[in-house]
Amino acid sequence: MASLRVLVGCKRVIDYAVKIRVKPDKSGVVTEGVKHSMNPFDEIAVEEAIRMKEKKLASEVIAFSCGPTASQETLRTAMAMGADRSIHVEVDANQAEIIQPIHIAKLLSKIAQEEKADIVMVGKQAIDDDCNQTAQMTAALLDWPQATFASKLEPAEGGLKVTREIDGGLETIQVKTPTVISSDLRLNEPRYATLPNIMKAKKKPLAKKKPEDYGVEIKAHQEIKKVEDPPTREAGQKLETVEELVTKLKDGGFI
Amino acid sequence: MAGNMRPQVIQLYKTLLHLGKDYPKGYDYFRGKLKAAFLKNKDVRDEKEIELLLGRGQYIVKELEALYMLKKYRTLKRRYYPN
Repeated sequence: MASLRVLVGCKRVIDYAVKIRVKPDKSGVVTEGVKHSMNPFDEIAVEEAIRMKEKKLASEVIAFSCGPTASQETLRTAMAMGADRSIHVEVDANQAEIIQPIHIAKLLSKIAQEEKADIVMVGKQAIDDDCNQTAQMTAALLDWPQATFASKLEPAEGGLKVTREIDGGLETIQVKTPTVISSDLRLNEPRYATLPNIMKAKKKPLAKKKPEDYGVEIKAHQEIKKVEDPPTREAGQKLETVEELVTKLKDGGFI
Repeated sequence: MAGNMRPQVIQLYKTLLHLGKDYPKGYDYFRGKLKAAFLKNKDVRDEKEIELLLGRGQYIVKELEALYMLKKYRTLKRRYYPN
């Protein structure tokens, strides 16, 4: 089995190391002037696609991203890691805020058909909205088998043997290609995009598209009521004696 | 400096600067340290010694990449995998 074409979705998210701040009006989080990077789970998906290419299992790796113009940086990173070319579906900043997994899944399924992809690979979830829906929805729209939370991929007769991370253990399944795969944290260790490779990536082709090119309408299916910080932990107290502790516990109704 | 090694040194410096952008303590901190480290050896002329220093630089590059990878992995593990 050879020459599979792999389509990888990569989302631009606020960098994992950044301290997230909620907007004062609770409508969302502050994104202006904040460092962004590729969603770590998507990075793992990109890495796996590139490894397939290096093992001669895949013939071409196409990176995809949907978002504002800045998403092109994310695609450049994917190409610096080793993706051959990329497709950027551009939306303006207002639209970018209402994008949901369903829109991405529609785009991915259209592009997968157009590019004759054999494998659609995405991260299991994005670290900003934590939806964990894109792979599942894409598989449903394409009517392809899906292997989510993959922690190991091996070629098998007519498809792939996938080890999945499930509650309390691992599950091994075999899927036929074409298929949709979502990567889990332990699938691989993504490589670092080196400076010379970033330079080379600037020469790789990047196609700019619009959602309309794929017949997808970006409209909100839901309304964000409010976004809040997680509750902060209350400060502890130091007590001198056991008696004090017992009194405190009694006051608190713990004993 | 042995003229023919200059590009290699500059390349190493650029690579390290690029890596410094992700340094946990900040780019400015890293850049200061990096510059000081290079300046410390600015008078080295011996080719063998420069070779040795370049090797050490490459080692730092590898270490930094590993550091970032592990930091990311551990952060995600802590956030998404409670056990």
